[in-house]
Amino acid sequence: MVKNTSIRLSHRELFTGFFQAGILGFGGVLPVARYMIVEQRRWMTQVQFNDLFSLCQFLPGANIVNLSFAFGARQRGVTGAAAAVGGLLGAPVAIVLVLGALYARYGGLPVARHGLAGLAAAATGLMLGTALKIATPVCTRVSNAVLAALVFALVMFLHLSLPLTIALMLPVSVFFAWRAA
Amino acid sequence: MMLTALALLFGKLSLLAVGGVNSTLPEIAREVVSVHHWLTPAQFAQLFAISNAAPGPNVMISTVIGAHVDGVAGGIVATLAMILPAGVLAMAVSRVWERYREARWRRVLQAALLPVTAGLIVAAAGVLVRQADTGVLTAAITVVCAWVSWRTKVHPLWLLTGGALVGLVVF
Repeated sequence: MVKNTSIRLSHRELFTGFFQAGILGFGGVLPVARYMIVEQRRWMTQVQFNDLFSLCQFLPGANIVNLSFAFGARQRGVTGAAAAVGGLLGAPVAIVLVLGALYARYGGLPVARHGLAGLAAAATGLMLGTALKIATPVCTRVSNAVLAALVFALVMFLHLSLPLTIALMLPVSVFFAWRAA
Repeated sequence: MMLTALALLFGKLSLLAVGGVNSTLPEIAREVVSVHHWLTPAQFAQLFAISNAAPGPNVMISTVIGAHVDGVAGGIVATLAMILPAGVLAMAVSRVWERYREARWRRVLQAALLPVTAGLIVAAAGVLVRQADTGVLTAAITVVCAWVSWRTKVHPLWLLTGGALVGLVVF
């Protein structure tokens, strides 16, 4: 994967890139956004993306919206953030407003229900595949794999809330990272 | 008045949404259904389905609620209130984060965040899978899409189109 630490994007590139991610992001933007940033346009390496994404995940708000703010601001300051976030949200906000009106009239039709069911199943699969893509390089170290598995189990099987899981597991993780550093 | 109420409510929810919007859904439902009486529980579920069917990030639950309460202006105000406080915080923290890139505490914290993030994101996907897939066919679509997107660089749109077409033809 190419190193892209020195890349400097224009407002137009930020807007169109995130526009593409927003308008194609059915059932969650993370898969399309990661594809666009890491695999297609190579704005960040896999490692850089994981670093920024993990930071955004611990801050309040939607992960990818936060990532658009932070990435846009790093590239072009506040106006860069506005370009990235405006690109990400412009089309989806317009679409959801129209869709709300359409759904009220036609949502019960079988064609709409069946297509949406298939779309939702595919979107769920994409979310899982992208999650595994993010987790795989992190879990090559044994201690990381064990920590990630514990976090997974706490949320998935013990139904702990996110803030509680973070409060429990982050200190443990810091301890291991401190010893390894 | 309505726009001010929407801005205040979603501005507050924005900073409460640790772990993403989906983990804040119960709190959003409590506020708009039980506290403000803007929606019935059934209307909330319907609006949530609409926001999921549209492309885009899941902050758009605030767009559809805002639009339901006060039209297009309400939708836009609620969306901005939901993204701006958290976004400004993200820009500020990410700037500090960049400045201390070489600091030891920063590298330790970064290394510590990664495995927790990995666990959280796979668990979030797992919860989604558990809620979404009720039949054999939807489960099959999910598994195939998960494997292909994990192991290949196929554009996500092909998988989404394929899933929708299979749904139309087979269901």
